[in-house]
Amino acid sequence: MTTDLTRKTADELAHALATKEVSSAEVTRALLDRIGAVDGAIHAFLHVDAEGALAAAADIDDRRASGEELSYLAGVPIAVKDVLATRGVPTTCGSKILEGWIPPYDATVTAKIKAAGLPILGKTNMDEFAMGSSTEHSAYGPTHNPWDTTRIPGGSGGGSAAAVAAFEAPLAIGTDTGGSIRQPGALTGTVGVKPTYGGVSRYGLVAMASSLDQAGPVTRTVLDAALLHELIGGHDPMDSTSIPEAVPAVVAAARRADVKGLRIGIVKELGGEGFQPGVQARFTEAVDLLTAAGAEVVEVSIPSLEYALGAYYLVMPSEASSNLAKFDAMRYGVRVAPAGNDDPSAEQVMASSRDAGFGDEVKRRIILGTYALSSGYYDAYYGSAQKVRTVLSRDFAAAFADVDVLVSPTSPTTAYPLGDKLDDPLAMYLGDVATIPANLVGIPGLSLPVGLADEDSLPVGLQFLAPQKADDRLYNAAAALERLLEQKWGGTLLSRAPELEVVR
Amino acid sequence: MSEPVTGISRDDVVHLAGLARIDLSDAELDHLAAELPAILEHVASVQQVAGDDVPAMSHPVPVDNVFRDDVVRPSLAPEDALAAAPASDQQRFLVPKILGEG
Repeated sequence: MTTDLTRKTADELAHALATKEVSSAEVTRALLDRIGAVDGAIHAFLHVDAEGALAAAADIDDRRASGEELSYLAGVPIAVKDVLATRGVPTTCGSKILEGWIPPYDATVTAKIKAAGLPILGKTNMDEFAMGSSTEHSAYGPTHNPWDTTRIPGGSGGGSAAAVAAFEAPLAIGTDTGGSIRQPGALTGTVGVKPTYGGVSRYGLVAMASSLDQAGPVTRTVLDAALLHELIGGHDPMDSTSIPEAVPAVVAAARRADVKGLRIGIVKELGGEGFQPGVQARFTEAVDLLTAAGAEVVEVSIPSLEYALGAYYLVMPSEASSNLAKFDAMRYGVRVAPAGNDDPSAEQVMASSRDAGFGDEVKRRIILGTYALSSGYYDAYYGSAQKVRTVLSRDFAAAFADVDVLVSPTSPTTAYPLGDKLDDPLAMYLGDVATIPANLVGIPGLSLPVGLADEDSLPVGLQFLAPQKADDRLYNAAAALERLLEQKWGGTLLSRAPELEVVR
Repeated sequence: MSEPVTGISRDDVVHLAGLARIDLSDAELDHLAAELPAILEHVASVQQVAGDDVPAMSHPVPVDNVFRDDVVRPSLAPEDALAAAPASDQQRFLVPKILGEG
């Protein structure tokens, strides 16, 4: 085990804290120092709450010293995506319209983290209102990929993934509407999980698309993700779409890590043309390892996948345009008066505030959604997209009748250079092809790093998908593959990431 | 199945921006009018998939209306609710005039 506290996994830290080898204050200070040293180059954080994190750490250390029974992850620091409300700590969603907003309440996920005693290091960068696949649409500047700081970390949760990859935090919370946890995981060599829709409360998660959004863990190992998933998951009366059942036994599944006899389906439509050769090669090798370990691997077809991207880019903007109507400059958020108007109406103030406060991608999606929902087009666009969800859902159900989990590359490409797709929204949208189906049909997905592409030496992710409420299957299969890969590599993938320049 | 619809003009974007209450500049209107048709053409493929017999899916898991017991619970204090308001007056949000638009 490494002696550098920032390199330890959450599980290792939890163990070291429980046996009093180390205090939460020491761990928290080490991570805050690391953030101070490398985040100038990475920009994973929009806000660092050193004071709050150290106070929470001291509190946990006191409670542990007094013999109190604590949560397993108590004292292990965490970073939270800036789309979840944190009482007393700024929450901007990466948008100018919420600059300086201090929420008066905690999201349920935040409340669970605090109740379990995890110090919150700060809020992580993201595409504005989680709209984007590169974190370049943050109003506060992009996050840089720790593997190559000239490249994107993925998005929208590039900040959470980069923070974990750069050893600024062992754990982070992400949110995933079309891949915003999994794709940054793939591009930064980290683990990201989108739980079953309704598995984690959305209360206090600033909504982009209410029927697609889901919060989940961002970590460096499968077991750490399971530990965090168990902590944040479960029924919440404050979220009417929350599943009123216990969290699947994800930690036990991650510890089982046995694919013998597991039926795995390779999704035929998610590969080949449009997928980078190095991505395809690492994916195929990983599947071969699973086969060698006793899994039964077959190819399956999900014919309606061809229409999933189109459905997603209708449902998501439609719901987003509706959800973002609440930013009206009346009760909170930035209010900007229209120029050259001494006595503007509320409607005029609303329109000028929204023009000043929203960025290009948010405006693009609001206009697209407004169009798809408008009279005369509703049936053709939004209505048709909802029917595609039904067809896609039936196709997935048919596939899961024959296999336990599905696999595909998480992202068709590795991390591309910053700025590459910024002016071509459609090209950026196409990168979400493998991740969005899970959101449309509400199933869980996990991205696991499976190596580096030969052509650019950048991380590649493999995605596992399971039926709704069978999140445990993801953890079992991914933990098995993680072990097989690390045996082959003789260590973790992230141990091969270039050392970041440290600023003292 | 519905009639396929395609095409979006600059005037359409002006109208939509009004509906969405965003005071887009001329440059922004030009830009969106230029790029939205390609995006719409791509997403229009959804119109080819399902017939009238396929039900629409609004949520991936069945959603029922959820009621809670009618009991008083802690809620935001007025000063907390108003703390982030651009303007407030006597425990109320202060907003610009709501009538008199042209």
